[in-house]
Amino acid sequence: MHSDAGSPWWLKTAAWLGLAFMHLPIAVIAMYAFNTESSSFSFPLQGFTLEWFGKAYARQDVREAVWLSLKIATQATLLAMLLGTMSSAALYKANFFGKETITLLFILPIALPGIVTGIALLSAYKLAGLESGILTIVTGHATFCIVVVYNNVIARFRRTSPSMLEASMDLGADGFQTFRYVVLPNIATALLAGGMLAFALSFDEIIVTTFTAGSERTLPIWMLNQLSKPRDTPITNVVALMVMLMTALPILGAYYLTRDTDSVAGSGK
Amino acid sequence: MSMNALYLRTPLRTISDVLYRNPRLLLALLLGPPLLWFTVIYLGSLLALLWQGFYSFDDFSMSVLPVLTFDNYARIFAEANRDIILRTLAIAGAVTLASAVIAFPVAYYMAVHAGKKMKAFFYIGVMLPMWASYIVKAYSWTVILAKGGILYWMVGKLGLLPLLEAFLETPYVGGSTLSTSHFGRFLVFTYLWLPFMILPIQAAIERIPHNLTQASQDLGADMATTFRHVVLPLAFPGIVAGSIFTFSLTLGDYIIPTLIGPSGLFIGNFVYVQQGAAGNIPLAAAFTVVPILLIGLYLAFAKRLGAFDAL
Repeated sequence: MHSDAGSPWWLKTAAWLGLAFMHLPIAVIAMYAFNTESSSFSFPLQGFTLEWFGKAYARQDVREAVWLSLKIATQATLLAMLLGTMSSAALYKANFFGKETITLLFILPIALPGIVTGIALLSAYKLAGLESGILTIVTGHATFCIVVVYNNVIARFRRTSPSMLEASMDLGADGFQTFRYVVLPNIATALLAGGMLAFALSFDEIIVTTFTAGSERTLPIWMLNQLSKPRDTPITNVVALMVMLMTALPILGAYYLTRDTDSVAGSGK
Repeated sequence: MSMNALYLRTPLRTISDVLYRNPRLLLALLLGPPLLWFTVIYLGSLLALLWQGFYSFDDFSMSVLPVLTFDNYARIFAEANRDIILRTLAIAGAVTLASAVIAFPVAYYMAVHAGKKMKAFFYIGVMLPMWASYIVKAYSWTVILAKGGILYWMVGKLGLLPLLEAFLETPYVGGSTLSTSHFGRFLVFTYLWLPFMILPIQAAIERIPHNLTQASQDLGADMATTFRHVVLPLAFPGIVAGSIFTFSLTLGDYIIPTLIGPSGLFIGNFVYVQQGAAGNIPLAAAFTVVPILLIGLYLAFAKRLGAFDAL
């Protein structure tokens, strides 16, 4: 539904105000990262400096947290891409009893509150006698990242014409060759977009992670611990800006990869 | 040259042929690993959680005993815990209403008035804040709401500080400062989940056929009447779809209530404190049934209102 009639001024204003509201905190983080003042949030800002970027980079705990989060997000994303592609390949044209239940099961980890998923995983790890660590964090993250990849890839599968696969087989390719030369190029951008979203989701996750991390400190957990330490404010501001960029850039990438298709990646978290 | 000359028999091809002739085997091979992952790790965990809810907790030794009891589930109905549930429900409802009100003009403008380029701009403009780091957005709000921060500065410049002070004294809404007020917490929640409300509403309005609004205008309805009787009823499932997110996300959050707003437990905090500081996993486990049930009820309600067709 699109009308070319001019929009009333108040509607335009409300829409732009809404958009501005959504970007206010992002702008604030970007400003404060360059603030010279080190111990309070007073506004207007006192001056401009790049000093804190160097100081943040020199901090051992910051580097360890960044590295840990990168490692976890990469592993969780790869697992999610593998399992998500397998499930969408299996389900996009299959029709069998219980299929609805299976799709519901895939959505459950993001439909239920994070606190439920978190404490459920924690109590299962405890019952199984598993020590908390990277493995337990990755397992949790992969579980809710699968659905992101699944949603993107299955949408692309549904748009892929079955006659392409038949043509490939008719021309003598076996199933693996068809997958490598026909299916994979077809789903590549959707798979990549799904992977980027999964990466952003995992890199930023905190609710489930606090339960499964044990003594490990991912970047979001580092941030959360930091909020009660007024002395480190400038470092926190810089890291906050970095985290913001690390999660926003994959979203832009995913958007541009899939924008001309029916279902744009990222329209649901 | 016969067809078979081209048809090289490699082991891969043999496997491929077997799979082609047995689609069920292929399905099982593809679906097996993800399904195993979800049933063992996820469903297994959920069952372990519900099962732990029946274990006993010894207050003296601070340890969990495998002695089965209904006490934990019964404690959900204690007076103090009922307050926690009502407090959480109240803010989830308020946040849902406020996000619908703020989201609607944005979604309507995107769907009806924005041209192709402007729509893409708004689309990215909504998606970026939605995906940007949750903890950083929460942190940013503590900076904005802090005394001496941006918001206080702006209110001061406008000469409205006395008005703000008066507002903060309102019971159930105010608090000693903005960042420790009920209003502050409500504002941050509304901010965080707003994009989840905009996108489903926008999608619902987008799907309204143009000729319906045209017909309404041809039949003599003015813009307001067309909006009330044609656009709003058709956009409503989108609002309900968005409310599933705003409601469910507020219900399960435990970080915002500790960062912003006055003291007073929420469902999420209660669960977090019980399993963490207190070490009482059985009680925490039993209490997670509350959000699961509430969301289940809400989903059933949303389904009746047609929200699932709008997702």
